[in-house]
Amino acid sequence: MGLEGMEIIAITVVVGLFIVVLKQFGIWEPLSLEADTSDSDLELSMVRHQPEGLEQLQAQTKFTKKELQSLYRGFKNECPSGLVDEETFKSIYSQFFPQGDATTYAHFLFNAFDMDRNGSIRFEDFVIGLSVLLRGSITEKLRWAFNLYDINKDGLVTKEEMLAIMTSIYDMMGRYTLPSVREESPFEHVEKFFQKMDRNRDGVVTIDEFIETCQKDEDIMASMQLFENVI
Amino acid sequence: MATGVAAWLPFARAAAIGWMPVANCPMPNAPGDNSKRQDELIILNISGRRFQTWRTTLDRYPDTLLGSTEKDFFYNEETKEYFFDRDPDAFRSILNFYRTGKLHYPRHECISAYDEELTFFGIIPEIIGDCCYEEYKDRKRENLERLQDDQEEIKDMKLPNMSFRETMWRAFENPHTSTMALVFYYVTGFFIAISVITNVVETVPCGSTFNQKDMPCGERYTVAFFCIDTACVMIFTVEYLLRLFAAPSRYRFMRSVMSIIDVVAILPYYIGLVMTNNEDVSGAFVTLRVFRVFRIFKFSRHSQGLRILGYTLKSCASELGFLLFSLTMAIIIFATVMFYAEKGSSSTKFTSIPASFWYTIVTMTTLGYGDMVPKTIAGKIFGSICSLSGVLVIALPVPVIVSNFSRIYHQNQRADKRRAQKKTRMARIRIAKSGSANAFLQSKRNGMLSELLELTGKDEEEQKSMSLLESQHHHLLHCLEKTTAHEFVDEQMYEQNFLEMALQTFPSHSPSTASHDSPAVTCCSRKERRNTPLPSADLPPPHPSSAHQSTLQELSTIRIHCGDPLLHSTSRSNLNMKPDDSCRINSKSGRITTAIISLPTPPALPSDGDGLHRPPKRRSHPPTGHPVAPSIQTTASSAGINIVKVSAL
Repeated sequence: MGLEGMEIIAITVVVGLFIVVLKQFGIWEPLSLEADTSDSDLELSMVRHQPEGLEQLQAQTKFTKKELQSLYRGFKNECPSGLVDEETFKSIYSQFFPQGDATTYAHFLFNAFDMDRNGSIRFEDFVIGLSVLLRGSITEKLRWAFNLYDINKDGLVTKEEMLAIMTSIYDMMGRYTLPSVREESPFEHVEKFFQKMDRNRDGVVTIDEFIETCQKDEDIMASMQLFENVI
Repeated sequence: MATGVAAWLPFARAAAIGWMPVANCPMPNAPGDNSKRQDELIILNISGRRFQTWRTTLDRYPDTLLGSTEKDFFYNEETKEYFFDRDPDAFRSILNFYRTGKLHYPRHECISAYDEELTFFGIIPEIIGDCCYEEYKDRKRENLERLQDDQEEIKDMKLPNMSFRETMWRAFENPHTSTMALVFYYVTGFFIAISVITNVVETVPCGSTFNQKDMPCGERYTVAFFCIDTACVMIFTVEYLLRLFAAPSRYRFMRSVMSIIDVVAILPYYIGLVMTNNEDVSGAFVTLRVFRVFRIFKFSRHSQGLRILGYTLKSCASELGFLLFSLTMAIIIFATVMFYAEKGSSSTKFTSIPASFWYTIVTMTTLGYGDMVPKTIAGKIFGSICSLSGVLVIALPVPVIVSNFSRIYHQNQRADKRRAQKKTRMARIRIAKSGSANAFLQSKRNGMLSELLELTGKDEEEQKSMSLLESQHHHLLHCLEKTTAHEFVDEQMYEQNFLEMALQTFPSHSPSTASHDSPAVTCCSRKERRNTPLPSADLPPPHPSSAHQSTLQELSTIRIHCGDPLLHSTSRSNLNMKPDDSCRINSKSGRITTAIISLPTPPALPSDGDGLHRPPKRRSHPPTGHPVAPSIQTTASSAGINIVKVSAL
């Protein structure tokens, strides 16, 4: 680059500055495709949800009126818009498990609660899920648990799905455990689980196998009753 | 776990059912919920304004007053509510904290009032939300600075019985404390000015002599200038040595900026004295004279504005550093570009990149000397961009520095204003309070009068006219009198006694001569009391002043001074006695005078201070032999004195 080069550079710089000035005057609109993103963001934040009436919820769940009132107050306090999206859900759930990473398990939980798969939990989903967990029969609870494990909701729990769930549960423990969590711990745990649950050794667990096996296991039966009086 | 999401804990526990089928071992038992009561509304009555909230809302933060059982202390059984006698406006934000989990700081609220409310309700201010935290911290810092200013004024007060060295240091640091210090201050200022002017005038051409060459004045009147210089340097040296002697910590003083400036100001002279014999280094000697200009910095002791400027620059060090850094970057960039742009043109002044630095600096600061000018088109284009950007780069950090300076300057103004207002404020407060101070004497007089006249009816009337609080306070003072076997009296009686005692026991340095001749009616034998001398800004006067002094002090306290430790060593009934008084109890005591409610001057020893700015007092007694060194306390006492302080209601 000699003199000519510097001249070219100078001219280029001048042209660039000229364009900047033109932009200021609004004469040159830069081609931008995201013109409407700001508007759509605005729309999303305005969405809110009002739950169905108290009587309908009472009919759908096994909670009393007072319990529903108390639940809704807590729910609405945390999520004033009436909807819980996945990020909020993850952050809330992670606060209970500060040592580990609860986001993956929270993701699975979210999917288990969000029954109509619309990406957000409404109060009805929340309260119906809680009703099953706290006031439902053993079978209903087991069915709920199976639904949680069945990530793709196809009615079968494969080893991969179980491994994902197990890994997420172990993730919640964090690094500082005794004995420390080894790489193979989730896998071994899944193997044990499948040995117990999978009757016909076809590599998948169906809902009936699951319920049958759990009903035969006393420990599991006892632990299902553990959280009866949470509310 | 954040208590804000406590509402979701039941949900998290319920969701734990998902782990059950996977677990291999039995689960532990769940904790029982004994107090399974329905959520109920709690009524909080704050000075009449009723707030209602759920019990569980308050239980979210169990380590605060409202969340724990501490609020049971405030429970009112009849109205079934919790009553707090606090500010309802401030309570709003506190209750909102329970509701939303975020504590906000209302901007219209006074920072100390808000702090007190938070402390009362057991909430630490650190959890104020991010939206309000900066404001809170700023206001808090401002308040702290204000308090520090007040404290610095207290430091100004003269500690009685300071050693000569301490007195001198104090005189150096605060020239307005004594006339000597003021004189010294002005003399040094004058000599600094003289020195600077001499340095300047030295170089002015003084008119040609017969050899037709304009000589600078310095060379023409060498002797005169040398004499002036010597005089100034002598003064500065003496000043420096005195400061060094008086400094409480010599090492720290020697490291301080002002002392370094002092040294640098006087060193060239001494080096010059030593070096005139040696011609080799006389060139360096000339350069040393440059350092004489540092004498002008000595003015910063005399000018507060200069000190503020220096302090501002110090506090804006990071902004200045940023300015310097960005300027350097820009200079290098533009110098390089200009050099390469101008490389082609003939007879260009841009011979190298460092040579272009000069052009860039001159252009960016918009000086534009014109000694280096680009000739090519590219050079001109880049040169114009350079000058435009120079303005921007320099303009950016300047407002930060300016705002810093403004803040510090206004702070100083505020401190000065406050100091000026304080006197009148205190005077007004004193007048308001003196009414209550005399009330006790009034009631005593009436009481005694009624006793003498046996007008019990009148007595009752008198007593009814006093409130319960007053009568209890008077009773308390009366008990004190009985305990110490001394009495409160007022001015006239005091002065009567004073005169009598002055005649009898005037220059008495023996411990506790008791002369019982006070005319006032007392229950036990009255000893002469000593009045503690009041702190004064002056040095101890060399002569006793007349006995009639009684300038009132601005006090909100009643003081009784009981002297004579031998007789009253057990009557230490004062409320605010400091522990180090015990060692002084047995020191020599001179005359003792009767106490007075509003303290008059007659001091025998310089002692206690009360932290308020007082007008200078005149003394009525010479100081006695041992100047003890009390500290500045609001409840001070001094040697051999039982000081009792009771605050007037």
